[in-house]
Amino acid sequence: MSEHIMSSKFYYTIWIALLCLTVITAAVSFVDLGPFNTVVALVIATFKALLVVLFFMHVKYTSEKLTKMVIVAAIFWLFLLLALSMADYTTRLLS
Amino acid sequence: MSDSPIAVEQHGPELLHHFVDTEQQRDAASLGMWLFLATEIMFFGGMFCAYLIYRYWYYNEFAAGSRSLDIWLGTVNTAVLICSSLTVALGVRAARMGKRKLLVILLLLTIVFGLAFLGIKGVEWYNKYTEHHIPGHSFNASDLEKPPYSRGGIDQQHEQIYFSLYFAMTGLHALHMIIGVGIFVFLTYCAWKGRYTPKYYTPIEMGGLYWHFVDIVWIYLFPLLYLIDRKPLR
Repeated sequence: MSEHIMSSKFYYTIWIALLCLTVITAAVSFVDLGPFNTVVALVIATFKALLVVLFFMHVKYTSEKLTKMVIVAAIFWLFLLLALSMADYTTRLLS
Repeated sequence: MSDSPIAVEQHGPELLHHFVDTEQQRDAASLGMWLFLATEIMFFGGMFCAYLIYRYWYYNEFAAGSRSLDIWLGTVNTAVLICSSLTVALGVRAARMGKRKLLVILLLLTIVFGLAFLGIKGVEWYNKYTEHHIPGHSFNASDLEKPPYSRGGIDQQHEQIYFSLYFAMTGLHALHMIIGVGIFVFLTYCAWKGRYTPKYYTPIEMGGLYWHFVDIVWIYLFPLLYLIDRKPLR
């Protein structure tokens, strides 16, 4: 894709955001939020991953739809693996 | 070129003849790389699935094990990896603009950050070794603080499962880092030789995609392994 080259300032902004989120996620883990500690940690991790995928890996600027489809499909397979496994383990009585 | 009726387009040596143009060639490489990364997602996905199931079963042991990890080293390592991702992203940018020297410097910085990550990881593993937290004969988790809400003590066997997963997941991730450093040493050499031009920088871009992927794996490993339960013990 001949998308225009981003300014280096743009990358520094993403970098600062990622560093801030890292500090936030470590700090928040010391606060007692009950079961929401895990939720917050995973939401922040997903947000960080999105920043990396969209801006560092340039997925936001790719015009190739096939690439985007592969990414969505890969995440969907992972979702199937985790969701269906847990659907089994959380509903089965093992003792 | 002869005056043959079949038009033969002139193109540089970087374009393979079965592609229409460099753009199509780059898209094909990118698609292939993403397909590879999709298989990598499933590769790590199996481990994350095992982690999820055992964490669901043995939450107390997972929380106690997580608390025994050094959160500061973990946070610093996350920051180190994020810095390396920045240098990679800036490196791809430098390659596209044809800045050879800047590209080589950024690639070298990436290697330094990668090695720093592995060094810190090594320190953490060594600490676990001295604490007898490596699963096996001498495993001993009696020093772990038991979460206040758990009844009964910590099950040694279940605790070993946490540390088995910890070493398997961080070990697999570190293996990817070692391979990544190897790839970047090769890329640095080629960049130094001036093989990459604004028209042809696909290897830099693909190596970058791999590096960012490994970074993302760590972005998930960090909260899942280090931050399970850091609430102050009452």
